[in-house]
Amino acid sequence: MTEQIIRMEVMRYRPEQDEAPWLQSFDVPYSDDMSVLQGLNYIKDELDESLSFRWSCRMAICGSCGMMVDGVPKLACKTFLRDYPGTVRVEALHHFPIERDLVVVLDDFMEKLERIQPYIIPRQEQALSEGEYLQTPTQLERYAQFSSCINCLLCYAACPQYGLDSSFLGPGAIALLHRYNMDSRDGASEQRMELVAAEEGVFHCTAVGYCSEVCPKHVDPANAVNLNKTRAAGDYFLRFAKPKGRCQ
Amino acid sequence: MNRPLKRSNAPIFWGLFGAGGMLAALLGPMLIFITGIAVPLGLLLPRSAMNYAAMLAFARHPLGKGFIFIVIALFLWHAAHRLFHSLHDIGIHGGTLAKLLTYGLAAAGTVIAAGALLATGF
Repeated sequence: MTEQIIRMEVMRYRPEQDEAPWLQSFDVPYSDDMSVLQGLNYIKDELDESLSFRWSCRMAICGSCGMMVDGVPKLACKTFLRDYPGTVRVEALHHFPIERDLVVVLDDFMEKLERIQPYIIPRQEQALSEGEYLQTPTQLERYAQFSSCINCLLCYAACPQYGLDSSFLGPGAIALLHRYNMDSRDGASEQRMELVAAEEGVFHCTAVGYCSEVCPKHVDPANAVNLNKTRAAGDYFLRFAKPKGRCQ
Repeated sequence: MNRPLKRSNAPIFWGLFGAGGMLAALLGPMLIFITGIAVPLGLLLPRSAMNYAAMLAFARHPLGKGFIFIVIALFLWHAAHRLFHSLHDIGIHGGTLAKLLTYGLAAAGTVIAAGALLATGF
């Protein structure tokens, strides 16, 4: 492998000294198998140790290294320098406040994640002695795709509606919400409907579909949002026809 | 997102949009072909198929009335919703004015279509 040089333009923002984010250029030697993340690590190790960015697994499973690469939301570990001959621009994820350099503030998403109750709420509590909650492969199939989300937030950086108004629950949280709703062991979709049908819910989406395009795990959040529009519309018109209260 | 959640009224408009879109996709091209190409040129269909007497009879028949009303109203609601959201997408957040110009026009068109169809008699 021959070693070449790439110019990496990296967004810097150090709140104690910078008024606004700016781009700093670094010349980074690279080989064909080097990811953008490895380029950033080279900068931190060899050129400027003050550069801040999140990363962990290096294999597209932890969801930490989401950033804009030449303006497109990407995982830095899954994006290769060889695909950007000459220069590559690396910036913090769009639509989020910047904490420092390439590190964004995740509080908004964390709060949303909590709101959707991203865990199985059993239809009926089962005693340990009754054994496990069984599920057929067909039942697994109904939600498996949506369970691949790694919370990397590329879909939020891609979503123009979230960019315009961050009160929107957003593609990632809705895909996860859908994942739990579709799980045969879960019985809380009615509780989650309040959020889906709310003004902050699915109807913010104007079906742009870029969220699904940028997803590194091939989740289809746009599909989850659309399916829940239908469910929310059904709930809107049929809610008075539904029986209230529970069987004892 | 901490404030109490308010149920969105969007399903009404989204429902009209969806119904109109489905109808436009299914019937739109066929209607353009019949009314804009086939009948005026006498292709496949006689020119007399859409003369005044035939169209008046169509508009007076309850089924014809229903068809004309649904096609006009739902197509309008579909277009209104699409325009309203496209304006928002390209950065024009017109608020109430944009709503009046899009949904308002669709509502006005719906009322006019209903009035005209009733005035045509049975």
